[in-house]
Amino acid sequence: MSGSATVTTRPAPGSGRSADAGGRRPRWTPGRIALLVVALLLTAAWLLPLAWAVATSLKPEGDTTRTPFSWTGSRVTFDAYSKVWESGDLMVWLMNSAYISVTTTVLTVVTCAMAAYGFTRTDFRGKRLLHGLVLAGIMVPPQVLIAPLFREMVQLGLVDTYWGVILPQVAVPAMVFILVKFFEGVPRELEEAAFVDGAGRWRVFWTIVIPLSRPVLAAVAIFTFISTWNNFLWPFLVTTDPGGMTLPVGLVSVQSTFGVRYAQIMASLVIAGLPLLIVFAFFQRQIVRGIAHTGLAGQ
Amino acid sequence: MTSTTAAAPAPVAKPAQGTTGGPARGVRRKWTEHGLVFVAPFLVVYALFLIWPLVSGLGMSLTSENITGSGGESVGLDNYAEAVRDPDVWSSLWNTVWFTVLSTVPLVVVGLVLALLAHQLRVVQWLWRLSWFAPFLLPSGVVCLLFLNMIFPSGFGLADQLLATVGLTPEIGWLTDERYAMLSIVATTVWWTVGFNFLLYLAALQAVPAHLYEAAELDGAGAWKRLLHITLPMLRRTTGLVVVLQVLASLKIFDQVYIMTGGGPDESTRPILQYVYQQGFTGYRIGYASAVSYIFFALILTVSLVQPLLSRRRAEEAAK
Repeated sequence: MSGSATVTTRPAPGSGRSADAGGRRPRWTPGRIALLVVALLLTAAWLLPLAWAVATSLKPEGDTTRTPFSWTGSRVTFDAYSKVWESGDLMVWLMNSAYISVTTTVLTVVTCAMAAYGFTRTDFRGKRLLHGLVLAGIMVPPQVLIAPLFREMVQLGLVDTYWGVILPQVAVPAMVFILVKFFEGVPRELEEAAFVDGAGRWRVFWTIVIPLSRPVLAAVAIFTFISTWNNFLWPFLVTTDPGGMTLPVGLVSVQSTFGVRYAQIMASLVIAGLPLLIVFAFFQRQIVRGIAHTGLAGQ
Repeated sequence: MTSTTAAAPAPVAKPAQGTTGGPARGVRRKWTEHGLVFVAPFLVVYALFLIWPLVSGLGMSLTSENITGSGGESVGLDNYAEAVRDPDVWSSLWNTVWFTVLSTVPLVVVGLVLALLAHQLRVVQWLWRLSWFAPFLLPSGVVCLLFLNMIFPSGFGLADQLLATVGLTPEIGWLTDERYAMLSIVATTVWWTVGFNFLLYLAALQAVPAHLYEAAELDGAGAWKRLLHITLPMLRRTTGLVVVLQVLASLKIFDQVYIMTGGGPDESTRPILQYVYQQGFTGYRIGYASAVSYIFFALILTVSLVQPLLSRRRAEEAAK
């Protein structure tokens, strides 16, 4: 869909990483320039709310609701940030979110990878029935279970604990499905050879299968981490004590206490939004590939 | 999502074809040992936190139980009978479906348009990804509090301010006027999550074989022709998937409404999940909340089960 094919000997600067164009450099026709303008306008529309949040967080508290609006207020100040930082809540929630998300991700990847491997490579009585039971679980949205799950947590004494937030997010049948699909495509010869050499089942799994599946495991891990970090409904239901809240829940819970201190609200949102954006900046390609991979796994 | 009925199941632990007189029996046993040990950790968590609540919730929906677990007397199907007669159930269901209809169309179409643009303009790929996908990585609380506090307030909110710059001062209650509240929630949702569909489409576009375009170009097909006759047909399966994933995601709306409007004005944006929450967690009627949950579950199941049938029918028609 690009202009005429002009075979260049060097890859065009900036388009280097897309291997699908075969080194063709599209010409800047008027049509493509028009597309670029449209794309830049849409980019501006998407970045505007984020820019507005950052700008507001850097204003003195009295200037945040001025009309007509200005981007800077009367001066640029970090007052809002220091106030939010001093209150200390944000740090606690960040740590809670980090701990809960990392633990959930590790547990999910390990248990789902083991289960998927068990379903594709081993045999035991009732395997097909259990596998079917797991696949059927893909149809069950966790949101449907909030009432019985909460009562279960009350009975187990896990309300307001990390485990109460973590455990219901670990067994994700869709992730098993994705990994089963992957393992089915892995040739058995490597494992077979290792068995013949006398390696045991566990050693083969940890030293051959896991390293082979690094890309797909990364995709599952990224997907799990993002959804756990951003999950609102379940942590919101199962934590009542501010000290145990995750970041999204904490922010919403104190929203009303801010009143009209908009610069402080925006400062806390900027701090809250930054971690994943920084992660994204570093792992952009893995995240993009992971999302595409896990999202398209249903095909 | 899971129409894997036609495909034959994976061969069950067949030892690989031994070319050198078959592998030793010990090796064959290695293929089959420890199976349960591998699946056990997952199955334990799965049984405890998915299967069990699913079953116990069904039981709870037949009782008059409250949140602390006391007062649970069996009431048979009374909860369901009440739910079917409850106008709040119907209005919440309607709000949920309405939000799904309103949000799915722009989320799919805008996602596709953004992907086509990014695919055409590969020069600054990082910029497109950053601006259109980054919001998806923000927690709902961050997004909704931003729009609630700085975009939608009348007068000083960015929405009104931008209108003012072009001389319009319509004084719209974006989140407080029944005519606009749902649309504002939809707009927020599109801004926040369209990046996901954008990425799915972008991945699908990159998988379209280049030789198709080259052949079309040699035949003298213009850009529009190539879009209509190659790109869009090649994206049909992706579109089917994106639509289903989006419908299932939109039906589960809760965060945006809870944070931005609380279900108002006048319950006009309250989705079914929020009604479950109100009945079970603030009204303490957890038995009734479970019954409403199962009605919601039936809706979700219907959507996920109808989809494979539709796509199979379409595939058959396309094959003719």
